[in-house]
Amino acid sequence: MLTPSERPLAAVLVSLVAALLIAASGRRPNLRETWTFLAAIIKLALVASLLPGVLAGDVVESAPLTLVPGLALHLRADALGLLFALVASTLWLLTSLYSVGYMRAAGYEHQTSYFASFAVCVSATIGIAFAANLITFFIFYEILTVATYPLVVHFRTDEALAAGRKYLVYTLAAGQALLVAVIWAQTIAPGASFQPGGFLAGQASAPALALLFLLFIVGVGVKAGIMPLHGWLPAAMVAPTPVSALLHAVAVVKAGAFGSLRIVGYVFGVDLLAELGAGQVLAVAASATIIIASLRALGEGHLKRRLAYSTIAQLSYIVLGAALGSAAALAGAMFHIAAHGAMKITMFFCAGAIYTKAHVERIADLGGIGRRMPITMGAFAICAFGLAGIPPAVGFVSKWNLGVGALDAGHAPFLAVLVASGLLNIGYFFPIVHAAFFGGRQPPAFDDNGPALTLPLVVTALLAVVLGVYPDAGLSLYELAWQAARSVVAAGSGGAP
Amino acid sequence: MIEHLPILVVVVPLAAAAVVPLVGLRSTRAARGVMLAALAAAAALAVAALRQALAEGALHYQLGGWPPPWGIEYVVDPLAGGMAVLVAVFGLIVAVYTGPFLVGMPPLGAGGFCAVYLLLVTGLLGIVVTGDLFNLYVFLEISSLSAYALLALGGKRSLVASFRYLVLGTIAGSFYLLGIGYLYAITGTLNMADAAARLPAVAASPAFTVAVALIVIGLTIKLALFPLHGWLPDAYTYAPTPVTGFIAAVMTKVSAYALLRIFFFVLPGGGVADDALRLLGWAAAAAALAGSAMALAQTDVRRMLAYSSVGQIGYIVLGISIGTPLALTGALLHVLNHAVTKACLFLSAGGILFRTRVADVANYRGIARRLPISMAAFTVAAASIVGLPPTAGFFSKWYLLAAVLERGAWPFALALVGSSLLSAVYLFRVVERSYLGDAPEAAVASEASEGAPLELPLGMLVPIVLLAAGVLLLGVLSHAVVSQVIAFALPVDGGR
Repeated sequence: MLTPSERPLAAVLVSLVAALLIAASGRRPNLRETWTFLAAIIKLALVASLLPGVLAGDVVESAPLTLVPGLALHLRADALGLLFALVASTLWLLTSLYSVGYMRAAGYEHQTSYFASFAVCVSATIGIAFAANLITFFIFYEILTVATYPLVVHFRTDEALAAGRKYLVYTLAAGQALLVAVIWAQTIAPGASFQPGGFLAGQASAPALALLFLLFIVGVGVKAGIMPLHGWLPAAMVAPTPVSALLHAVAVVKAGAFGSLRIVGYVFGVDLLAELGAGQVLAVAASATIIIASLRALGEGHLKRRLAYSTIAQLSYIVLGAALGSAAALAGAMFHIAAHGAMKITMFFCAGAIYTKAHVERIADLGGIGRRMPITMGAFAICAFGLAGIPPAVGFVSKWNLGVGALDAGHAPFLAVLVASGLLNIGYFFPIVHAAFFGGRQPPAFDDNGPALTLPLVVTALLAVVLGVYPDAGLSLYELAWQAARSVVAAGSGGAP
Repeated sequence: MIEHLPILVVVVPLAAAAVVPLVGLRSTRAARGVMLAALAAAAALAVAALRQALAEGALHYQLGGWPPPWGIEYVVDPLAGGMAVLVAVFGLIVAVYTGPFLVGMPPLGAGGFCAVYLLLVTGLLGIVVTGDLFNLYVFLEISSLSAYALLALGGKRSLVASFRYLVLGTIAGSFYLLGIGYLYAITGTLNMADAAARLPAVAASPAFTVAVALIVIGLTIKLALFPLHGWLPDAYTYAPTPVTGFIAAVMTKVSAYALLRIFFFVLPGGGVADDALRLLGWAAAAAALAGSAMALAQTDVRRMLAYSSVGQIGYIVLGISIGTPLALTGALLHVLNHAVTKACLFLSAGGILFRTRVADVANYRGIARRLPISMAAFTVAAASIVGLPPTAGFFSKWYLLAAVLERGAWPFALALVGSSLLSAVYLFRVVERSYLGDAPEAAVASEASEGAPLELPLGMLVPIVLLAAGVLLLGVLSHAVVSQVIAFALPVDGGR
């Protein structure tokens, strides 16, 4: 089969090829869906096959392709990249199953462009995960922006088009900031690629590096939902639910959060950021985002939009962990990519199931639905409390690490932020759960469309619980997170290679 | 044969231009055939000349056997060779595209069109291969006069626009002529290499300053560099599509080549020349922003693309003005990329106009369903103007931004980034409307059948698709283009 060094590239290309096949099979839906599933399975297999090597400490690289003198398109599977890639691949498989059920149940149009765009998006996400240097990261980051647009405007309503325009304005502007930052970094440190502990230390004056850091954070901050760059996220909820589920809970927003981890740990390095004082600033910005987004969620009456604000807050957990810079904080942040992904995707799947079966969008109308859809609402409840940091769902694991990390870094106030956020989480999710199970009137009768919508959310909820109890289950995600975190911190303090 | 390549490249289209009107009296198809054959031959010769220049160094040809500096010399170094290939290949591609426009024209009209088109290509090829300053003026005038004639073929408004271009272009040519006159007065030579050798001695004289100023003004008008761009929007909007496609792609680029050639291969560095370049840099940055901003305000697609060209020319001149190897690489790469991209945009927009009579941005609703391939090509080219990877535009923008950041010239970086974002807005409007808008009922009812695609005839479609593919290929292969051609085209002392 493919040698390990060919697999990162193959993993990226699998869904690109699938996208072409999907576009060509528009007239035969079953064949078209087969391509999606085949590609998802192959991709997951390829990515998972890299796990043993990476866990052992090998770094798998594919041959660089020179694009510009001194710069190459270069893919590499290290611990952090593999973590993100595993999460994205696994959840794509489940989302595809959910998508088929969702799209067919509602009879939506434009399904071919939907599945094709999805495939390209996941391809770009894997490219981002495996990017070995800034130019590769940037190229796939922009491809992701363009490929998600058709998904956001899928319903073609005026609201969808406006949301799409807003999305592009935010992401393209950020893309330009990121481009300038990437080129500037290459001018300062030619030919450098991501390395634990960063490569910019001592390469330029402190004010220049601080400005560069600001540009980078603005560049990734739009997708990562750092306030005030988050405006596109709630508007983008107008997309079909599977799109919101995967892209806005896993791929697009996680690409932004992942980017911030790369920048903090692999471009600047924790020590350099501490010197510049930039780590503190980022931590404050992330904390502000967490609190404000959580407060905003309290007031939001539309279910998906409340989930969107919750996502914004949770993403800033990752950014906060990166900014704190201690090993536990970093590990917690990295693991939260997986943890939040599993929990949030479950909740979006539930929201979609509720919408498709009972045609309910607003929280006020959710009364009693839990009695009709116990499994769905049960999964929702487990994951909602998981996001607040309550066991058994996996949110507890990453939050614990973040809290320990905050204390390790000597910044106890941020622990308070985490605790407050947990309380707010309960504040805006508990009423939903309560109303669903114990709420008033009987909901209107609905049609149960079979297992396609319920099965995936059960699987992801189970995943969340299993990971909560045993974080290394199956894919050793927790181990990967700690390995990456340790390498970043060790390199920074001049530790052993 | 090899030693005659420089002259053959110019003579073949010239001879064809003389023959074609006579052939055209007999039949349009024959005239077109001769034109295509001549252009194909010119393209092949240009490629051969480029390869020879890359392999063994510049080709020198003495007209009539008279040795320079008194005789006129043609010099094909990798830079000239590359530009010649650009001109000839684009001439060929657009000539293929003109097919449906020529069909049905009375024979002399078609023959005349082909002849003037060939003269235009001749003129442009002459500019790039010549090694003599006055000879450059001659070819500049040949190409300009042909351009005026071609641009006037689009109806009454194009007559007015072309006349305006004629006036401004002639003024530009006169400035250039005066400039080289001053150079002749202080050096006694018109040969580029000879002048380069003699100029350092006289570079401090006021006459030199005047010469540089005159040449810069002349070429700036020809380049349509903001704020001397006034002739361009009208000329591009009202001319027949193939004419606009070719002229927009190639003519301003050849003027940029002339600027580069004179500043980096003739004029000595330092002093006046550096000041002039600095001024051009600011004008270029303003062009990048102003061009894109004005494009935003347009309702006619072709006019919008014309202002977009003004902006993109700013990118090229910005690279030239910075002058470092990285900057010149970016400028030359953008010459190539923008030629392909703009040609693709104008040809596809023109094709859409040809089929549906739609020229306004507002009426582009739903066009993508009816002309899917043309609109797809337009979208790819639009992505290149904005600079999205993996299209060609991303890579030339990368070099330019890298050069700007290397210099620490933050205002220029902001100008480039601002221009990209503005471009995204005005191009995205068109793309969004065409894919996601509903087709207006009136237009649908008047065409063949409800919803049936009305794609362009093959003769028009093939060039468009080829160019769109080129946009993507040049992006992916940009490193090959840079390392194997452009790197050799740069001035030997590495610019400034």
